[in-house]
Amino acid sequence: MRGDQINLQNITARSATSPPSPQVRDGGVERVTKLIDVSRCIGCKACQVACSEWNDLRDDVGECVGVYDNPVDLSPNSWEVMRFNEYEDEQGNLEWLIRKDNCMHCAEPGCLEACPAPGAIVQYANGIVDFNSEHCIGCGYCVAGCPFDIPRISKKDSKAYKCTLCSDRVFHGLEPACVKSCPTGSIMFGTREDMHELAQSRTEYLHGRGFENAGIYDPEGVGGTHVIYVLQHADKPEIYNGLPNDPRISPLVDAWKGVTKPLASVAIGLAALTGFFHYATQGPKEVPKEEYDEVEDAETHEEDRT
Amino acid sequence: MTNHWVDIRNANLILSMGGNSAEAHPVGFRWVMEAKEKNDARLISVDPRFTRTGAVSDFHAEIRTGTDIAFLGGLINFLIETDQFHHEYVREYTDASLIVREDFGFDDGLFTGFDAESGSYDTETWHYEHDEDGFARRDETLQHPRCVFQLMRAHFSRYTLDVVQSVCGTPRHKIERVWNMIAETVVPDKTMTILYALGWTQHSIGSQIIRTAAIVQLLLGNMGMLGGGVNALRGHSNIQGLTDLGLLSNLLPGYMQLAGSEEQDYQEYIAERARAPLVPDEVSYWRNYERFHVSLMKAWFGEAATEENDWCYDWLPKLSVNLYDVLHTFERMSQGEVNGYFCQGFNPLAAFPHKEKVTASLSNLKYLVVMDPLSTETAEFWKNRGELHDVDPSEIQTEVFRLPTTCFAEENGTIVNSARWLQWHWGAAPPPGEAKPDVEIIAGLFHRLQAMYREEGGPFPDPILNLTWPYRRPEEPRPEELAREYNGWALEDVYDENQNLICGRGEQVGDFGTLRADGSTACGCWLFAGCWTEDGNQMARRDNSDPYGIGMTLGWAWAWPANRRILYNRAGARPDGTPWAPNKALVWWNGSRWVGADVPDFPVTSPPSAGLGPFIMNQTGRGQLFARERMVEGPFPEHYEPFETPVANNALHPNNPLSKHNPAARVFEQDRENFGTLEEYPYAATTYRLTEHFHYWTMHARLNAIMQPEKFIEIGETLANELGIEKGDRVRVSSKRGHVDAVAVVTKRIRPLQMGDRTIHQIGIPIHWGYLGETKKAQLTNALTPFVGDANTQTPEFKSFLVRVDKL
Repeated sequence: MRGDQINLQNITARSATSPPSPQVRDGGVERVTKLIDVSRCIGCKACQVACSEWNDLRDDVGECVGVYDNPVDLSPNSWEVMRFNEYEDEQGNLEWLIRKDNCMHCAEPGCLEACPAPGAIVQYANGIVDFNSEHCIGCGYCVAGCPFDIPRISKKDSKAYKCTLCSDRVFHGLEPACVKSCPTGSIMFGTREDMHELAQSRTEYLHGRGFENAGIYDPEGVGGTHVIYVLQHADKPEIYNGLPNDPRISPLVDAWKGVTKPLASVAIGLAALTGFFHYATQGPKEVPKEEYDEVEDAETHEEDRT
Repeated sequence: MTNHWVDIRNANLILSMGGNSAEAHPVGFRWVMEAKEKNDARLISVDPRFTRTGAVSDFHAEIRTGTDIAFLGGLINFLIETDQFHHEYVREYTDASLIVREDFGFDDGLFTGFDAESGSYDTETWHYEHDEDGFARRDETLQHPRCVFQLMRAHFSRYTLDVVQSVCGTPRHKIERVWNMIAETVVPDKTMTILYALGWTQHSIGSQIIRTAAIVQLLLGNMGMLGGGVNALRGHSNIQGLTDLGLLSNLLPGYMQLAGSEEQDYQEYIAERARAPLVPDEVSYWRNYERFHVSLMKAWFGEAATEENDWCYDWLPKLSVNLYDVLHTFERMSQGEVNGYFCQGFNPLAAFPHKEKVTASLSNLKYLVVMDPLSTETAEFWKNRGELHDVDPSEIQTEVFRLPTTCFAEENGTIVNSARWLQWHWGAAPPPGEAKPDVEIIAGLFHRLQAMYREEGGPFPDPILNLTWPYRRPEEPRPEELAREYNGWALEDVYDENQNLICGRGEQVGDFGTLRADGSTACGCWLFAGCWTEDGNQMARRDNSDPYGIGMTLGWAWAWPANRRILYNRAGARPDGTPWAPNKALVWWNGSRWVGADVPDFPVTSPPSAGLGPFIMNQTGRGQLFARERMVEGPFPEHYEPFETPVANNALHPNNPLSKHNPAARVFEQDRENFGTLEEYPYAATTYRLTEHFHYWTMHARLNAIMQPEKFIEIGETLANELGIEKGDRVRVSSKRGHVDAVAVVTKRIRPLQMGDRTIHQIGIPIHWGYLGETKKAQLTNALTPFVGDANTQTPEFKSFLVRVDKL
């Protein structure tokens, strides 16, 4: 892979922006993929620590809630967490399924679709979906737009945060920090083509080990993802701590766009937004006036409902 | 490890038992994953809990804590009775054919020679029968009723599947599955590696569990083999180096021994250890003991050590008890017999059993010196922490000195890893504040003591006044200087038997074969000879070329002994010198010498026709199925119950109270009253550590604290339901000795064990968290554990005891 994949000429999609993305540069950038082989994961959390160290993140010292998971959830200061699931099949065979949960870097990212702040979310030619915090207005639409429940809004600065796939490291030809730290080779990184080939061979290996339903998780509903899993039970992604079976961008995102851009029907808009703004907990700071009003309305509805 | 980390990838089967290798050794565990993927290996986990290792294992079997000898003893019986042992290997490479004395016996759990009053054995009868030349008698047909093979067969015949099931609680089908998978490695082209850790050592029968594993591997022909061996994954960074350098109270560097107080005669001391072969012509390498011993004395006492004064033998301390282990020391401290204690790199209040007793013992001291990079619970044992540590400082008169030390990343040096590799490292950062390397602190202490002896005199000054101190800056010996001293150098020109000069005066020796018993060489640790030669620091080598493609990187760092990576590797070839199987080729005879991918563990020019045994350190040249007098509780392993056990009696000896527990275990009389009963404390408990933490250190590191912030215990779903405990509830776990409060992790991963009509529940208790550092505050786990130790090593029984659990 080349080191020049991430720069301003290689942005292929930009949130809330009508002018087309740069198109002069001709090829040379391959799409990247992070492969997480759940069957090789021992849940050591080295990746969590590496992520915190590389990105200078220090979450609060939390508490034990009766499981190994800690931090217990993603947060503005924890961009990935391990999810531990005890799974017993019909025969009583026990498995401890440990899934690293982080941004999937969708080919068709719901967060970017939903984001109303121009340029706050971008996608690079190599597939990485990145948050440009400088442009983030903290509205939380990305949270609602994400079918994987990934972004988190910081109380400190009211901005959204998530895994960047270490876009800064990848820029310099390095693998993401989590990949580098993994002691068992459970996390791998390379071109999309190579990773799919590897995932295929891992799947075949698992078939040979009695995991008949082993397979690759690369959901079509979001155009595929640049973070893919090898699962022992690809027919039941939900047993991996609720990994969605067929994730899609909420139809409300389209509805919302349909509403806000031409600002056609306030009535339809409000009905849709009541559901849509479920996650929008932080007030926006720099939203254009007309959008601001609608958000306020929606939040009022939300409060009424609860 | 008999083998090494990278070699795990050559295994066909990995048995993780007595340890949770993925949890405690995640980085080394990569080689397990490689074996699974590149070598199509299977991984078996046998553990009371389904662990992180279990998460990636091909098969998991639950077991009651402390019953591993029964599980493996049953396997031995199974291998013999189903004829799935490696006949040629057993006949040629083990002591199976040697005949044992007629008066040796075993009756209802006790070997001959037991003295109930002292709790120890007279080992007189635990020997082979000797012929007129002093050699062991043999029967190569293995039919003699007193040959080791037949005695072993009879001994383990009691370990039937039914007995094993009733002792271990493991479901029958799981026991059979594991045994069958293991038996498949009896063929020459398949090997099993065994990975164990503190889950085997920290029992009152710990050493014998490991012995049982060694017998299994000898029966299967898996010792000295690529991808085989019995592999201890060491629990601390450089704990391997600690034992190599003789930092146990009964050892000298390189596993040489301090004499007992009855051994006042130097020649007798040497003769007892420089043992002659028990089978004609065998190597019996310890015959060279005096070369190593004299070289050590020359390193320590220089010109003061002479043949005339027996190389200063009288200056060495002589042990009045078998050993001054930590249990013994704290017992004496509790009796008021110890009044000063130097605590270096050790946090006994947190790390040793029965915290209440340790606290009381430390309170008896006049002074306590703590040398550590971190603030430790031990250094603050006198401080009241409310219900977390309830002491009355006004009652404690101990004066505490805290000397901050550097940590590993702040100094040059080497750490010996589990694979016996010495890998040189370079300091990455300057130490903070007034922190000093441990060596400097000890040097300062030494110089002050020496000056006081010189100026004020005192009893027995010789060893202090004559200690060699050849360092350029006496107050700051450098790691490089110490390493050169451990390697050793020639004090005079050294010649071989053909009068060829092999090491000139003043030169670093190249190997321990150069060492001499005539005072012409000095060596601080014979095992490390070769680590810093005339070619420089071998530990700093970083050539990872692997010419045979089997993970044998002889140019990477340096391994003791002699840069050998797999011990007993001669046994990896057939008696005729060819590899047992092409895919397991390790060393072989090329017609004139032993060659191959490793440094041969054998006299390199001794042809196969000479028939020497491959286990050259043993007097028999063979792997010892029969341990003779080298194990204090018997030459064959026997299952004994933990000192606190959830069963009423030892199923193998239901009617003999003397053989319920290890009859020779380390237990002090006054501690017996601190053992709890099954009625009061109905659940078996075991302690362990987690990936997210290292003992009591990483509580001080923010990121580790974030990853695992608060004390928890693990409890199975069935028992939790019975007790009305839900995930996340706070519970109190109590033993006879104390209690800890923690969050309950309710899990499917601890299953109740069905033993006859009884259901046994096990509780898992991580050792981490205390009242210092960044994590949530908690009581120390070792408030719970019993003060009893293994009979051979005195390692405390942290892994098996009894508790009760109450919802708070």
